[in-house]
Amino acid sequence: MTSTLSPARSEVKVAPGFPGMKVTQARVINSEFTKFRSLRSTNITLLVSVVLTIGLGALISGLTASHWATTSAADRATFNAVFTSVRGVTFSQLAVGVLGVLLISGEYATGMIRASLTAVPKRLPVLWAKLLVFTGVVGAVSIASAFAAFFLGQSLLSSKHLGVSISSPDALRMVVGAGVYLVLVGIIGMALGALLRNTAAGISSMVALLFVIPPVLSLLPKSWSDTVGPYLPSNAGEAFWGHTTDKHLSALAGLLVLCAWTAAAVAAAAIRLKKQDA
Amino acid sequence: MIEVSGLTKRYGDKTAVNDLTFKVLPGIVTGFLGPNGAGKSTTMRVIAGLDEPTSGSVLVNAGDYRHAQVPMAELGMLLEAKAVHTSRSAYNHLLALAQTNGVPRSRVSEVIDLVGLREVARKRAGGFSLGMGQRLGIASALLGDPQTIVLDEPINGLDPEGILWVRNLLKGLAAEGRTVFISSHLMSEMALTAHHLIVVGRGELIADVDVEEFVAMASTNVVVVRSPQAGELRGLLLGPDVTITSKEAEVLEVRGVSVEAIGDLAFDHQIRLHGLELQQASLEDAFMEMTRDSVEFHAHTTNDNHTEAPARLAQTAGDRR
Ligand SMILES: Nc1ncnc2c1ncn2[C@@H]1O[C@H](COP(=O)(O)OP(=O)(O)OP(=O)(O)O)[C@@H](O)[C@H]1O
Ligand SMILES: [Mg+2]
Repeated sequence: MTSTLSPARSEVKVAPGFPGMKVTQARVINSEFTKFRSLRSTNITLLVSVVLTIGLGALISGLTASHWATTSAADRATFNAVFTSVRGVTFSQLAVGVLGVLLISGEYATGMIRASLTAVPKRLPVLWAKLLVFTGVVGAVSIASAFAAFFLGQSLLSSKHLGVSISSPDALRMVVGAGVYLVLVGIIGMALGALLRNTAAGISSMVALLFVIPPVLSLLPKSWSDTVGPYLPSNAGEAFWGHTTDKHLSALAGLLVLCAWTAAAVAAAAIRLKKQDA
Repeated sequence: MIEVSGLTKRYGDKTAVNDLTFKVLPGIVTGFLGPNGAGKSTTMRVIAGLDEPTSGSVLVNAGDYRHAQVPMAELGMLLEAKAVHTSRSAYNHLLALAQTNGVPRSRVSEVIDLVGLREVARKRAGGFSLGMGQRLGIASALLGDPQTIVLDEPINGLDPEGILWVRNLLKGLAAEGRTVFISSHLMSEMALTAHHLIVVGRGELIADVDVEEFVAMASTNVVVVRSPQAGELRGLLLGPDVTITSKEAEVLEVRGVSVEAIGDLAFDHQIRLHGLELQQASLEDAFMEMTRDSVEFHAHTTNDNHTEAPARLAQTAGDRR
């Protein structure tokens, strides 16, 4: 039956591939952008984060304005117009974090990661490209929606003459900071997705990190929560984008602490990606 | 060309591949056979650089694939488990892969046409049938016009037309001088497609031979002899490595003696023959015989055709390891 097969072991010369083929970081970035934009779940999650940032900011600003007459003097004293308008970020961070997790855990769940890593066997360029595309797209969207939330919020607050302009003290820091915070949280989500390789595990750790550990820590003795608390990602984040009266870290220190968290998570993710079987 | 040398891969205390050494040569289709859990997919994942060998090494086109400059021109891979994001369209899946290596965009449409997925290229890959998924996997393997093609069970789930198409495709790719390495459990198809075979069992090499040779090695090759003097002939043929069975009078089924030897023997002893015919084993028979004691996962049926495994046969397979 095999007589029809010529044992053509003498190699016929083929020139495989196409002219100019080669893996470059720029090409992998381009590929990751294609992947990012071609998933509906990615776009929906991103849209949810936008809606939460702007919608909740507007809601909180509107409610603050309409209840201003009955607001206590103490609450009036801690009121900050900028923070009020971008506060939706404390909720949209979950959507952005989930988006980060999904972008990587989704590839493990479906097996796509094996195709991605077979095409780019050096592996790390894939992670860098994902981080870059995420930072670019989510950074632009998050900062833009923080600005939108700010302007919408201020226009609602100005009905009670509470609104401030973008040139008022700390306004730019808080608005841009809120967008930057979202990106950093999302990158931590990506790192968790790469470390855990599982969507459910990644999202639960994201929730634990942002919403469970901070309140649990505040139940511990004050000496504990005071020394550790400010260094938690969410609290360090609020130090640079929020308005907390009893800040333990300066805005710059908060940014550096959150960047350190992010860098550590990314480093761990990179090591696992490079060293372990896909 | 793929060179696997002393490859061992353990997962915890499970040894999936044990000291495996073989070469897959360009210009022919090489089949990769072995019972379930024999280590075929594991070996293929190591070839693609996805799993790190515990010891030993693998070279693809004489280089380490993990450091390839143009990976998709070196190796095209179809993995057993679907490696496709279920929510992405086939077109975007292929486009994203093509972009990493700078494969021209026109090639994406070309492979989509080649595998016959034009109509569904813009649909979610998650909705594809098994066969459509296989076609998409084959399309991604061919995307970079690779020198070496490794396909894990490519014809699984394909319709007869698809199987024929894959057979011709693989033969064509090999004829162009490429290295083609495919695993499959469909023996009849392997017999038609492959020229050479690598057979593994429990992670170890059982055979590294051409298909014809492999089939010839099988002791299930039977010579059917018809003779009015069957009883007399039987006495002359009996020997230590010979098995003779007889289902009807005047007919002997002889294993372990060649057609020529039987003919000559009959002539020398003036025994009249009315029929002398070699019934060659199929690849499937040969495979079953060679891997019988390497099968980890046995199905138990009351009507097992292969329970009459003579100890000698198992010995043959054992010696080969
Ligand atoms: N990631 C893993 N972790 C643990 N064990 C594994 C892993 N991958 C494979 N194995 C084990 O290694 C052995 C070889 O598996 P492999 O999938 O390579 O076999 P196979 O020859 O492809 O089988 P099949 O014909 O069923 O596809 C099996 O016992 C399997 O359970
Ligand atoms: Mg397998």
